[in-house]
Amino acid sequence: MAGRTLYDKLWDAHVVREENGTALLYIDRHLVHEVTSPQAFEGLRLAGRQPWRGGSVLAVPDHNVPTTDRSHGIADPVSRTQVETLDANCREFRITEFSMNDIRQGIVHVIGPEQGATLPGMTVVCGDSHTSTHGAFGALAFGIGTSEVEHVLATQTLLQKKSKSMLISVDGQVGPGVTAKDIVLAIIGEIGTAGGTGYAIEFGGEAIRALSMEGRMTVCNMAIEAGARAGMVAVDETTIEYVRGRPYAPRDDEWERAVAAWSELHSDDDAEFDRVVRIDAAGIKPQVTWGTSPEMVAPVNGRVPDPEQEMDSVRADGMRRALEYMGLSPNMPISDIAIDKVFIGSCTNSRIEDLRAAAEVVKGRKVANNVKLAMVVPGSGLVKAQAEQEGLDRIFLDAGFEWREPGCSMCLAMNADRLEPGERCASTSNRNFEGRQGQGGRTHLVSPAMAAAAAVAGHFVDVRELAS
Amino acid sequence: MQAFTVVDGLVAPLDRSNVDTDAIIPKQYLKSVKRTGFGPNAFDDWRYLDPGEPGMDASQRRVNPEFVLNQPRYQGAEILLARKNFGCGSSREHAVWALTDYGFRAVIAPSFADIFFNNSFKNGLLPIQLDEAVVDQLFRETEATEGYRLVIDLAAQTVTTPAGEAFGFEVDPFRKHCLLNGLDDIALTLQHADEIRAYEQKRRAEAPWLFRETAS
Ligand code: SF4
Repeated sequence: MAGRTLYDKLWDAHVVREENGTALLYIDRHLVHEVTSPQAFEGLRLAGRQPWRGGSVLAVPDHNVPTTDRSHGIADPVSRTQVETLDANCREFRITEFSMNDIRQGIVHVIGPEQGATLPGMTVVCGDSHTSTHGAFGALAFGIGTSEVEHVLATQTLLQKKSKSMLISVDGQVGPGVTAKDIVLAIIGEIGTAGGTGYAIEFGGEAIRALSMEGRMTVCNMAIEAGARAGMVAVDETTIEYVRGRPYAPRDDEWERAVAAWSELHSDDDAEFDRVVRIDAAGIKPQVTWGTSPEMVAPVNGRVPDPEQEMDSVRADGMRRALEYMGLSPNMPISDIAIDKVFIGSCTNSRIEDLRAAAEVVKGRKVANNVKLAMVVPGSGLVKAQAEQEGLDRIFLDAGFEWREPGCSMCLAMNADRLEPGERCASTSNRNFEGRQGQGGRTHLVSPAMAAAAAVAGHFVDVRELAS
Repeated sequence: MQAFTVVDGLVAPLDRSNVDTDAIIPKQYLKSVKRTGFGPNAFDDWRYLDPGEPGMDASQRRVNPEFVLNQPRYQGAEILLARKNFGCGSSREHAVWALTDYGFRAVIAPSFADIFFNNSFKNGLLPIQLDEAVVDQLFRETEATEGYRLVIDLAAQTVTTPAGEAFGFEVDPFRKHCLLNGLDDIALTLQHADEIRAYEQKRRAEAPWLFRETAS
């Protein structure tokens, strides 16, 4: 018998039943936030149903919460209603919620791993496409729609068809100054935003193995930007050390048993994938997106591409439209692009390691005069507290950054943090779609170190040169 | 859920690839706690010239005459013709709710993003994947002929042009069954409640740490 992939193992362990190629898949962990859950709870109520296993659910408000002083609640009445609706639903259905003023509150994809609510070998779902983040733990994690949120609440299962499998192997080592974010942007640049559609991606290779859990989460987070619902990384010592001692992690004898079980969570040597992509880590440079799709990306020392050079006419049209929206001209050096705002945060890059990397660049420097706003939004209250303990907040504040309360913030601008039309932002988030950070706003996706470097230079700059 | 059997509908062409869910329904409308009322804000940034906020009266807004769905000839369209990777981006089911509330019953494209594709079936919106060359042809015919309609027959799995040319499409048998009959997934799944419990019992013995309550 041929070996099994990590995806096969996770899948097989969760099939309750199967019929005509559609499986009923058991869900171990269900994360819930305020935006995609109200209609699901309403559905339960209308049908007179109760959650199947409320203890598997962890809820948190993150998209709408203000990142400034919260002592007076949420000013925007529509946002407030949505957060209050989550509070009320969690009370009614007896679901654990880290409410807005709980120190454990934060972005749903940051708090799951932080609490040990995300564990290796789990199936993890959330009504949010960046649920792929949790795959970094050797878990099968993917985003679902609201009808599916209701289905999981009511039945603890989902009807799923198995995806094809893809291995993306990042071979060799990355150079200094090149981070997980650059790796994943380079991957998306290579395979395209639909390259992973229909696949579950396993990220492997020496450069992935060398990443911390934070880095692996960054990579898996953006699997969805390559079109794959799930991204995952095999379990190793790094995984186990990260999980050890977290609030919901197993303890004592159970810990030993769990670690033994988790050691199986990797693809067998003779496992076969439907597609294999190999990427040379040494060739990856710090990346900056120039367009309105994450695949529109270039190395920082490169240039904005020229649609005239593009053979495929549909692609060329897309490029022209993107350049017009972004207010950029073909062939201009990426490093000539001046920015108005800087956003360091989001479920891609708001963990402690991200903040450390940014602070290291910022230390002893000042935000450039042309930058109207530079903000750091930690991923959770606990990340914020840790950063403050390490003095990172002082470094940011001294440089002229704002130091905010945790949440999604300007990643999608559902709260008050947003770009004005035409404003250009260096952002550590994951989507540069038109209007994503505010109507007419222009987003360039970069790593935390690159965002910090852009903040002090006022334009994009190769962080490797700034450091020297 | 509204059942889907046969739709004979006017076609509207949206000639862009990678239409993302942020474009289909911008984030400010996700603050609603309802499932309905998203139609007037489908494609909001493209459709209107003024910035939209929840609660605005759509009839008072400045319409963008350049946007294809605003052209008189496409009013009342029920079938959206689109390019590759339609529905990419977020998991927001609001994108599907916006399309159905607008009046669309089906979307035809060469490819769809996975989550959007799934969400569509849960709401009676049929996503139909056809070859790029066929989609190209449909774009040409739609643009060339005012009042261009297609007939979609789910049972037969065909899309038929006014000239009588029929194209077959694939659909998963289970989803087809649910859509044809307007069935609710949850009730169907709960018929297997005993199997779910049996699975839980076995799994709890093997891996008890997976069953730790969040309230502790
Ligand atoms: S940080 Fe951004 S991408 Fe992540 S969950 Fe929040 S809105 Fe979504």
